[in-house]
Amino acid sequence: MLSNKRRTRFFGLFMERCASHSLLKELRPSVSGVGFVYGSEYLRRNNCGCKMNFSEVFKQSNQLCKVSPDGKYLATCVQYRLVVRDISTLQILQLYTCLDQVSHMEWSSDSLFILCAMYKRGLVQVWSLEQPDWHCKIDEGSIGLVSSRWSPDGRHILNTTEFHLRITVWSLCTKAVSYIKYPKACQKGIDFSTDGSYMALAERRDCKDCISIFVCDDWHLLRHFETETQDLAGLEWSPNGCVLAVWDSCLEYKVLLYSLDGRLLSTYSAYEWSLGVKSVSWSPSSQFLAIGSYDEKVRILNHITWKKIVQFEHPAVIENTKATVYKEVEKRPAEVRDEFSLHNVTMDSTLFSTQSKYEICSLPVQIPAVKPDPDRANPKIGVSVLAFSSDSRYLATKNDNMPTAIWVWDMQKMSLEAVLEHTLSVRCFLWDPCRPRLALCTGNSKLYLWSPGGCVSVQVPVEGDFQVQSLKWHCNGDSVILLGKEQLCLCYMDTEQEEKLNL
Amino acid sequence: MPDSSQVKDARRCSVECGTPPLRHFSQSSLALPRNSQSLRTFCTEHNMQECLSYIKQEVSLLSLSPFWTELDDDSQLNVVAVLNCMYDLIQLHHRSLRTLENMEMEQLKLSSYVDNLKTNNTHLKEEVELSKRQNTGLLERERQLHLKLKSLQSSLKNEKDEVQKLQNIISSRACQYNHEMKRRERELNKLRERLNQLLADKKERKQTIDLLNNLGRADGKRSLWKTEKTEAKHEEEMYRTLLSDYELRQRELALENKELRKVMQQIKKEMVSILKSRKLALKEEKQELNGMQTASDDEENEVFDSSKESLELFCIHAREKLTNSIRLQWRRLKSHVEKLDSQDKEEMDRLKLEIQQCKDFIQTQQHLLQRQLSSSIDQDSASLQNDGLMLQEKMHLSEEWKSLEEQRRIFERERRNYTEAAIRLSHERKIFEEDRALWLKQQFLSMSPFGNSNQPHLLKSASALLITETEVGSLNASEMPHECQSVLVSPKSRSVSLTSSSTADLESALCLIPENGSSEHRKSELFEDFNSLHENVPLLRKQWKESKDLSSHSLSEENSTS
Repeated sequence: MLSNKRRTRFFGLFMERCASHSLLKELRPSVSGVGFVYGSEYLRRNNCGCKMNFSEVFKQSNQLCKVSPDGKYLATCVQYRLVVRDISTLQILQLYTCLDQVSHMEWSSDSLFILCAMYKRGLVQVWSLEQPDWHCKIDEGSIGLVSSRWSPDGRHILNTTEFHLRITVWSLCTKAVSYIKYPKACQKGIDFSTDGSYMALAERRDCKDCISIFVCDDWHLLRHFETETQDLAGLEWSPNGCVLAVWDSCLEYKVLLYSLDGRLLSTYSAYEWSLGVKSVSWSPSSQFLAIGSYDEKVRILNHITWKKIVQFEHPAVIENTKATVYKEVEKRPAEVRDEFSLHNVTMDSTLFSTQSKYEICSLPVQIPAVKPDPDRANPKIGVSVLAFSSDSRYLATKNDNMPTAIWVWDMQKMSLEAVLEHTLSVRCFLWDPCRPRLALCTGNSKLYLWSPGGCVSVQVPVEGDFQVQSLKWHCNGDSVILLGKEQLCLCYMDTEQEEKLNL
Repeated sequence: MPDSSQVKDARRCSVECGTPPLRHFSQSSLALPRNSQSLRTFCTEHNMQECLSYIKQEVSLLSLSPFWTELDDDSQLNVVAVLNCMYDLIQLHHRSLRTLENMEMEQLKLSSYVDNLKTNNTHLKEEVELSKRQNTGLLERERQLHLKLKSLQSSLKNEKDEVQKLQNIISSRACQYNHEMKRRERELNKLRERLNQLLADKKERKQTIDLLNNLGRADGKRSLWKTEKTEAKHEEEMYRTLLSDYELRQRELALENKELRKVMQQIKKEMVSILKSRKLALKEEKQELNGMQTASDDEENEVFDSSKESLELFCIHAREKLTNSIRLQWRRLKSHVEKLDSQDKEEMDRLKLEIQQCKDFIQTQQHLLQRQLSSSIDQDSASLQNDGLMLQEKMHLSEEWKSLEEQRRIFERERRNYTEAAIRLSHERKIFEEDRALWLKQQFLSMSPFGNSNQPHLLKSASALLITETEVGSLNASEMPHECQSVLVSPKSRSVSLTSSSTADLESALCLIPENGSSEHRKSELFEDFNSLHENVPLLRKQWKESKDLSSHSLSEENSTS
């Protein structure tokens, strides 16, 4: 694997992985290798020896870049072209040409097919990885297309038409088409259970919200029931597929929990009158349901009584806590150049940009907060994003009126673990699918990583302007795909060494 | 006070009672003598009898012993009786005087008291007035507050009404809004339906799928017909998943329960062991007490026994028993621990006291030891101390030396300053000497045989001198400033001369000025002063005019002043 990587044109970085807080303060890598740019490696070794390699950049458009579910391939769209690469070598395996610029792209669950949707044209094209000559084109006609997705079996395509008139289910096995009427246009109106056997769909009939549960196997309508919502905003299956969480629009704080068989298990409402639920997320263990709301709090419900067990607040001033507050501090490039010394004269372009590092702040700390305009709809306040780590141990949250900060909560201690404050607003944060490790980006040329051991910011060593807009983890957690505006770059993390060290 | 006043009243009454006969008598028989009292004496040889009778009457009225009776010799008065009577009278008089005095005093006191009361009264009246005013003010305020309260209450009521109204409006609007929403939604649905229909009917661009060849199912199976069987199968599947989930959860819970039970057992065991050990200790005491506690003992035993039993039982009854026994044991343990705590505290206090005592003891011992040591090793320590003292002394001395050195330097500097000052002084004295010489010269000149009237001559000579000097000045301009300086340098000497009181001195001092040849302006000033000081101004002017004639230098300013 490593040799393969080396064969491709890489430049790698030994970056710090700060195992302890004290190490964080010294982000001064000592140079242990010779610096090259493109086609060679320069190595920087730190105290832990965690290595980070960065691939060269590739073009992409519309941030369309996805790793196949089996983790072997990388599909990217460049205008109307679909490029499939081997993830290990990054060599192009297939190249497909679509009819127009692709607006949505998705791998089938078996990693054999790729769906490319062109919403403006109302077209969907499906490509086979095994049979490059095989082709499939679905034309939704003049009815229009706003959303297209695979069914979990990878043999059906669900297209939502314009104005949410209906959902068309196309079978690639039989060419059969079926329709689902009355889908509701809302935040998250459709969700498949994790094992792919059931689909929950929010509907609106006779001015009433209802939910249909389909068996994905043959699109048999298993259950259909009305919900006690004013204006259903979203639904989400618990990871074990037995409980469906349904929440009302922000005008009313209401979360309903339905069993797979349509029984109402519980209703939860924290308060009345003011704006309510903003985000909902299940823990991977299905034990906890985290609800982020406009009152800047996260409430955690348990899976036995469906009552609140804890409430996490996001205060502007952090004090009286055992949490570590990391603050990103920018360094002037001049100093940086001194530090990086003579060895890397060739890689100026990246080094001239501002460097930054995390510093641990002593409490109390004031987190910069924006006061939202009360006269405008959808105020920028409250917890909009919630994410549990893969082991359900940590919960990361973002409060919209403190856009530069990410809060990490420990679900065992039920307390605040860390706060990461950045110089820019956080664009995207995602947990490593295998370890408790959080990657995030703020729209600059840096990748930020948090793990229980510490926190680090890494400059992406790429020539030219590369601003990380979003990122995606590889399913094995060994690499992250960094997506710029029109480019992408892979960051490989050599976690084997790390794990050895941890052992 | 009131007593005395009563007494006084009584007296007054008695006096009044006593007066009518007296008045009567005086009016009837003593009209004459009374009237003539101012002209002549009360008793004459002629009216002796009348007087006697009058006096007798008076005396009897005063209830004194009569000094004269009919029985006695007519012509001769009983002198002793008279004297006694007089004495009595005098006594009476004294007494009455004294009472008068007392009464006056009393009167004074009373009047002052009355004054005091009056002032008090006025004061109180003022106070009453003030409090009345305050009261009215407060009443006014209360009234205002009442008004305010009323207005506030009314406004509150209004607000409440307003709120109610607004709530009604809101609810009605919400109702309306909901209705509208529903209407719109229905409309939207209709439109959607219609759109769907239209799009379905439309020929030009239909929904199509263009597939090279159909794919097999992901699981490789053939798709099945939709039958009731499949439906049942789906239901079955669903319930199976649900059931498996519940089973899983139950297993988890059972596991957790087991763990908890284990923990509880352990706790129970420990509790029992603790309590048993205590019980054994207590048993001995109990045996002494005997009998009474046997019932409770049994109970306790039962508790312990039942706990053993209940560990194996998991039914509801057992649970109740178990929890009860646990609770009981827990309570006992708690009390036991509390007891232990209190015992511990006592123990601690005792130990602390002991420690304190020990400390004190040690301290006294140390003290004694030290004293002993100090007495025994006095000689050794003395030498050491001496050394130390010597060193200290040395240090002290060096410090002193330093300070002295400093002082010496200061003295040196001062000495230098002093010599400089002396030089300056000698220089000044020299200048002064010169001045004096000049002055003496003038004095000498003034005393010369030409001067009966010394002033004009002096002035003349001065002006002459001035002229010569100015001439020199005009010729040799470069030397002028020097002269000026010299004049300016010695203002003291001149001021001294000016301050000398005698007019002659003053004049001469003034006369010096032109000689010294300071500015003309200055001269004029000085002359003005001079004018004001002197009375023989015209003379002076005349003389000045003469001098002007003599002088070739024009003294325009002097002219203007004159």
